[in-house]
Amino acid sequence: MVSAPVQMAPPVPAAPRGRRLARWAPPVAGVVAVVVLYLAFKDTATLPHDDDARLFHHLNDVRDWVDENRNSSPIFLFVLNYIRLFVADLYTALQAALVALGWPGLIGLTAGLGWLAGGWRIALVSVAGFGAIGVLGKWDASVETLALTLSSVALSLVIGIPIGVWAGRSARVRRIVTPVLDVMQIMPTFSYLSPIVLLFLIGPASATIATMIYAIPPAIRITALAIQRVSPTAVEASESLGATRWQTLRKVRLPMALNTIMLGVNQTIAAALSMVPLVALIAAPGLGVDLLQALARVNVGAALVPGIAIVLIAIVLDRITRAAARPRARARAVRWGGFALLTVVGLALTPALAQEFPEQWEIQIVRPINDVVDWIEANWYGFTGFLNDAVAYGLLNPLQNTLTSAPWWLVTLAVLAFAWWLSGPRAGVVAAACLIAIAALSLWEHGMETLTIVLVASVITIAVGLALGVGAARSRRFAAVLRPFLDAAQTMPSFSYLLPAVALFGNGRFTAIMASLIYAVPVVARLVEDGLREVPQTVVEAARSAGSTERQLLWKVQLPMARSSLLLAANQGIVMTLAMVVIGALVGAGALGYDVVAGIAQQEDYGKGLAAGVALVLLGIMLDRITQGADGRRSPHKKRNA
Amino acid sequence: MKKLGLIAGVLVLGLSAAACGGAKVEDNAAGAPSAAASGSAAPSAAGTVKIAINGWVGYEASAAVVSYLLQHELGYTVQKVTLNEEPSWQGMESGDVDVIIENWGHDDLKKKYIDEKKIAVEAGANGNKGVIGWYVPEWMVQKYPDITDWKNLNKYADLFKTSESDGKGQLLDGDPSFVTNDEALVKNLKLDYKVVYAGSEAALIKAAKQATDQKKPLLMYFYEPQWLFNQIKLVKVNLPAYTAGCDADPKKVACDYPPYELDKIVSQKFADTGGKAYDLVKNFSWTNDDQNAVADDITNNGMSADDAAKKWVEANPTKWQAWMPK
Repeated sequence: MVSAPVQMAPPVPAAPRGRRLARWAPPVAGVVAVVVLYLAFKDTATLPHDDDARLFHHLNDVRDWVDENRNSSPIFLFVLNYIRLFVADLYTALQAALVALGWPGLIGLTAGLGWLAGGWRIALVSVAGFGAIGVLGKWDASVETLALTLSSVALSLVIGIPIGVWAGRSARVRRIVTPVLDVMQIMPTFSYLSPIVLLFLIGPASATIATMIYAIPPAIRITALAIQRVSPTAVEASESLGATRWQTLRKVRLPMALNTIMLGVNQTIAAALSMVPLVALIAAPGLGVDLLQALARVNVGAALVPGIAIVLIAIVLDRITRAAARPRARARAVRWGGFALLTVVGLALTPALAQEFPEQWEIQIVRPINDVVDWIEANWYGFTGFLNDAVAYGLLNPLQNTLTSAPWWLVTLAVLAFAWWLSGPRAGVVAAACLIAIAALSLWEHGMETLTIVLVASVITIAVGLALGVGAARSRRFAAVLRPFLDAAQTMPSFSYLLPAVALFGNGRFTAIMASLIYAVPVVARLVEDGLREVPQTVVEAARSAGSTERQLLWKVQLPMARSSLLLAANQGIVMTLAMVVIGALVGAGALGYDVVAGIAQQEDYGKGLAAGVALVLLGIMLDRITQGADGRRSPHKKRNA
Repeated sequence: MKKLGLIAGVLVLGLSAAACGGAKVEDNAAGAPSAAASGSAAPSAAGTVKIAINGWVGYEASAAVVSYLLQHELGYTVQKVTLNEEPSWQGMESGDVDVIIENWGHDDLKKKYIDEKKIAVEAGANGNKGVIGWYVPEWMVQKYPDITDWKNLNKYADLFKTSESDGKGQLLDGDPSFVTNDEALVKNLKLDYKVVYAGSEAALIKAAKQATDQKKPLLMYFYEPQWLFNQIKLVKVNLPAYTAGCDADPKKVACDYPPYELDKIVSQKFADTGGKAYDLVKNFSWTNDDQNAVADDITNNGMSADDAAKKWVEANPTKWQAWMPK
């Protein structure tokens, strides 16, 4: 859904020499000033970490109050507990229904839906995809994951579409909703697990709600967009014929927006599926449990299988909803007839075939994968260890020492100045405010440690993504080879990437960096490639005929003209890196992510975990504002991807 | 906020007829009477038992054997819920967990959930003796004989430096959710060390194996019962001796871990309505060697937890028959 508009770069003014000097002078002066101040005030006004901070105790007290009043406070008795019961029932009902269909019935139904949406091709994809899940031996867990996904998607749509319709029709609502959605999408998924557990306890209900929070923004955004795009003439025609507002909405606006809204459904499902494995941390059933267990056992093969199962579910649901968003081709009777036929055949097979997916059809791939990993581990140890140490001693440690030994006001000032220079005064103030708030949460030092990992990881991610994107944009063949890898890497659940990284590099920050590299590079590479491809061919031709070499063409023409895509790529890369680095706490990357994990797992650390969750959101907003503003200031027609 | 209002509106409308007194957390269909015991002998007709699975293989071994017996001897369905230690107790409140088969102390949780909330009850010791401590590979003790006294740890801190330990010595811990006082110990004993979390039991084991094979220095948090001790030698470091109550305040601990009598915790509901399943859980008790044998099969012999349990059950009929409800 990335629609970066084609933009012509503004003609470079032939500025006089004096002006040009002025352009690079302020940043250089700023850097010099920061360095001088750092050397002068090093080790003063630092904010070392204190596990015993008063705020954490206050938050613990809040937790204790909630724990004691869960069954007596009216908020719980009449609102929160009902929400929890309702969501739990929804999940249980869906899960029971899917299980009752039996595996042939579910495959038949999915094939029927595929046929209904897009014909025999999609039906075939559905049968192959869900069949493959059975063959991998993950049927039961996949059904639980599917039920969890569907219940959170259902909730997202029931709540999100009305809000989206509202936002689509009222600019004022849109102004309120948009920043909220921005924050929801920047928030690292990890950070809101503990407040949800506090309100709704652990289990499928809170897992569904957590997933919903992550999945609802695209539903709202795309619905709003779809409603906005409905042709005003059609609406006027309808109103002039005397239709009420409700009739206009139901008979004109919604049907005309339906295809776009289906794309929203598609995005919502994708978001839900990427969150679903993570909620296994709060006792959600399904494939995430297998992933967590594999992580605990450092068993790469065992993690890959549920990872592939999730990719398969994602592919099937994606193809069906994507096809449903396209206009229909066949006659209504044929489509529904085929749907009914396939579903009935599946259901009819259910009693005939075994209840469980037949074991003899399953294949074992765990062992061969682990053999490969063991071999790499045994033979590449020197290399991986060297890489780990080089990054840790060469980049991570010096940067972390600098950030934690600098006075807090200097770091804040530097960020303020940098954000101001890059993205304007507003971004600067927001970024500085976020940093001060992190200090107020008593989490300065851990915040700086997380920032260190994110910065190093982002630089590596963006460099690799840029290289791959440029390569793909310049060679069709390379792009064709790269594409399936990027597709797969993008749909795999984010924390299945921790496993190969742990196996190769052991536990620590570098492992988190490697995992975030795998997670974020596909998106960066794709945005870069799309941006470069959108540079008008005529401009490229003109540059060539003027005698540019390939290198000049790339650096002087293509990259500058694709700047808005590149900035968007950097923005997305950084936000995704933050999300992954936080999850990296599961494998010893420490800092704020660890505080969140510990907050879920240890009573006395609850307050610290809650505060760390908030600090992560602030860090995310800060990084996003700094980079996104850069896009906004220089191109007035910026569009955030949905 | 808008969303919440919306949900709340729908819910209040839909459910107000059903119950006017408000909903308590126990009123949960998903967590409803989980082990409704009936006399029927048909498989899975007896009810469902939800057993929490904590993140170390010894725990899994105990849970596997109990599950196997519940399923094959008593006809229950067992649902394994993978959870950390503390969330497992919360799971008893939400109805997602009936049984914790290996509990390590947790006096604070016992106070909260057993004494105050009356959600959980103790179901007796499971026979395993737990030890938690700091360990070094055996070769280090041969090379530096006085390393096993905590007072000398600062002298050797340089040996344990890694890229992750901030220039101090590294004390490698396991999963952040495991029972540990290590950060407080390092601080209160004024040790020049930093606690680094490996993330899991498997990561600790891997580190121990590497430290032994490649003669790399390692100081780590570890525990018994543990199958690894049958394969490689690790030596425990002596911390200031444990005395009753010296670990009362988790932030001020400056003494060794207590010896643990590992026990079983079940939800109040399961104790009341669990029937034979509850009796079996209450009677279950075995030795560290028993647990290590099953854990070893799961980890090193490529068996599933269920197969390893089956093997042990078939080899030790007299032991498990004593646990069967009369």
